[in-house]
Amino acid sequence: MSAIVAERLVREFKAVRAVDGIDLEVADGEIYGFLGPNGAGKSTTVHMLTTLMPPTGGRAVVGGFDVVKDGPKVRELIGAALQEAALDPFLTGRDHVRLQASLHGLSRAERASRGGELLERVGLADAADRKIRTYSGGMKRRLDLALALLHRPSILFLDEPTTGLDPQSRNALWVEVARLAREDGVTVFLTTQYLEEADVLADRVGIIDFGRIVAEGTPTELKTEIGRPTVQVAPADPDERDTIIKTLDRFGSPVEAEPGRLAVRLDVGYDLADVVRALDAEGLKVLHLELHEPSLDDVFLAKTGHRLEGQAEAQPEPVGA
Amino acid sequence: MIHVASAVAYRVIKKSLTNISFLLPALMFPVIFFVGFAGALSGVDRIPGFDYEPGYETFQFAFVLVQSAAMAGVFTGFGIAQDFERGFARRLMIAAPRRSGILVGYAIATMIRWVLNTAVVLAIGLLIGMEILGNGLDLFALLLLGLTVNLIGTLWAAGVALRLRSTQAGPIMQFPIFLVIFLAPVFVPIDLLTGWIHAVATVNPFTAFIEGARSLLAGSTEEVGVAFGIAVPLAALFGLWALTGLRSAERG
Amino acid sequence: MSATAQIAFLGRRAFLRSIRQPGQMAFALVFPLFFLFVVSSGLDPVSSVPGFPADSYVDFMFAIPFVHGALFTALNSAIELGRDIDTGFLNRLALTPARGIAIMLGNLAGGVALVLIQYCIYFAGGLLMGAHFEAGLLGVPVLFVLAALGAVAIGAAGMTVALRSGSPEAVQGIFPLFFVGLFLSSMNMPRNLIENSWFQWIATVNPVSYLIEGLRSLIVAGWDIQTLAIGYGVALGAIALALSVSARAFRARMTRT
Repeated sequence: MSAIVAERLVREFKAVRAVDGIDLEVADGEIYGFLGPNGAGKSTTVHMLTTLMPPTGGRAVVGGFDVVKDGPKVRELIGAALQEAALDPFLTGRDHVRLQASLHGLSRAERASRGGELLERVGLADAADRKIRTYSGGMKRRLDLALALLHRPSILFLDEPTTGLDPQSRNALWVEVARLAREDGVTVFLTTQYLEEADVLADRVGIIDFGRIVAEGTPTELKTEIGRPTVQVAPADPDERDTIIKTLDRFGSPVEAEPGRLAVRLDVGYDLADVVRALDAEGLKVLHLELHEPSLDDVFLAKTGHRLEGQAEAQPEPVGA
Repeated sequence: MIHVASAVAYRVIKKSLTNISFLLPALMFPVIFFVGFAGALSGVDRIPGFDYEPGYETFQFAFVLVQSAAMAGVFTGFGIAQDFERGFARRLMIAAPRRSGILVGYAIATMIRWVLNTAVVLAIGLLIGMEILGNGLDLFALLLLGLTVNLIGTLWAAGVALRLRSTQAGPIMQFPIFLVIFLAPVFVPIDLLTGWIHAVATVNPFTAFIEGARSLLAGSTEEVGVAFGIAVPLAALFGLWALTGLRSAERG
Repeated sequence: MSATAQIAFLGRRAFLRSIRQPGQMAFALVFPLFFLFVVSSGLDPVSSVPGFPADSYVDFMFAIPFVHGALFTALNSAIELGRDIDTGFLNRLALTPARGIAIMLGNLAGGVALVLIQYCIYFAGGLLMGAHFEAGLLGVPVLFVLAALGAVAIGAAGMTVALRSGSPEAVQGIFPLFFVGLFLSSMNMPRNLIENSWFQWIATVNPVSYLIEGLRSLIVAGWDIQTLAIGYGVALGAIALALSVSARAFRARMTRT
């Protein structure tokens, strides 16, 4: 059974269609990366899947329950850590554990053991009795994750969990998320605007832009889908430029390269070694030679016409998103 | 629903009692009103026609009791709005299987807070010589009346907060309550009011609550039936208002 | 840029920042007039108490919106200063050639400009509610200036808290203390008619009573020079005290080299 299914999911805010007919399916135990720039509709989708906001069109089923008709049942199954850690600055970490555990109806004993275990696991055992206003951004994120896991949810939603974190905290969170999926079998729906995060963590990636999913697949599938690797060459002698172009043309079609360099996208059947051998056979000298595998950013560019990197300042999602 | 309500109530109470910035304003205002009005206006009971046996302190205590009950609800409304603004409400909304439990939790916490605040005002009243002529049963009825008014205030403010989900909505929660409270016979009995304010006070439901409280403190049951007769349906009405507000918040 | 020009510039910024927050502005305008309206209606029978100094209770209460306005606006200015510290804006100012005194007084000047506009509205509102003003046209600026001095004193005290704590919430937290000062004064009753001896004593030692009585004297008595002089004296004394304390707090926070 699929953990999450969305069919033609739509959310409109007055004139704005923040989510525009999304179809997606996430398998049990899978880490699904939902990749897109700010304002693409990621958070709005998460809000609908976590029952925080009803769709204005289509339907979504989470853990086998419809998010509109069976909201309470969905909430029992899921854990969520949303964009802002949503913690009360005047309560301590342990107060939050107590609150969250009570909301989920955990017994006092379970609350103490599970809460203690999770605080330990996220490295907050020593800071548990401090008020949240004294926590750093990374500590808040870790507490938020611990709270989301308190009632042992089978499906975990993480909305941009590493935005604003330092590299060390980010890596620690990645390790924990990967462990949750691999060891505990938790399904993870993770939104991110970081390509690396989706590439490293996700089993499958959905790319969203302007409220629509423009591509979906494993990172490898997506990268393969948009094409072959490119080889970039910097001629040592400018006079040999034309000869190098002719040589490269035998292995594929020319593509845009950095200034002073030449590039070719390799046709199927050729690889870097073939290019090296040909250049050597012709006695051509090069200063620099590099194989560039397609990245998710290339996928994003190919699918949307613009790059994801540098889109962080794009328009924010509408109210409630 | 019970565990959701108790979790929310625990959080609000804990936050209120352990942070002076929340504890103080909610406690200060009833104390200031009581001491300020009962102290400064103590000579008012000499005005011809002012006939209230327990004295002016008790007369003002009844007002402050009703006023603080309603305003405690408004404070809760602020808290709900702030929770939405800061995103904390999302945590509650996602975690709570039955979301109406959130509303119940806020209401329970507000009642507890109000009872604690009222105990302080009562202690100050007794310290400055306030007389209470009502018996234990009267005082129990007074407590129930206060709790019902408190519930009305909470449900009203929660309904606004859940619809607007912004602390900018504060004046919308506060102002109507303030208006009806002060357009009641606050300082003198209704019979001494003249003109438009007498007319407004006559139809103002808070007049019934204040007069009911004054009767119970004086050991009389006069006006008490009317007070409960108005308070209970009003609480039900505002319960509906708050629940539809919750539905509005769920729609996003 | 001269210190005066810096004060004017920073004052303008403080003024604009306040008027661009309509919710806050509306409250500072509406609440004082509303309070005057309901309290004077509810307490009108009190004006029949023998020895009561005014013909109607609205005349007696007419001074209070000016004190409320001073309180709300001055504390809001201090809250904004706390926010400036919290957001780092004060540090940015510290990196400019702006003089310390200009930063302090600019904030207060913005609040005073705002409160003077509010006073015009309170004055018109009070007259519409039937209040009389015995001191005549010349008395109006005297009334406004005295009330504005009160605003400066409260603002300077609020600034001290903002500078010491660097937190807008901490300034918000002192609001009830000022409210206590207001309620435990001769706001609702002339001191000589307060029957409770303990309350009469508190109202007598409370400087807010003298500020209110100074303002009230212009409204109900005309030119009662002694009461007015005491009112001005209390306001100026409070300003001197509050400003000296806030200047120290300012120096402690702005440790520029």
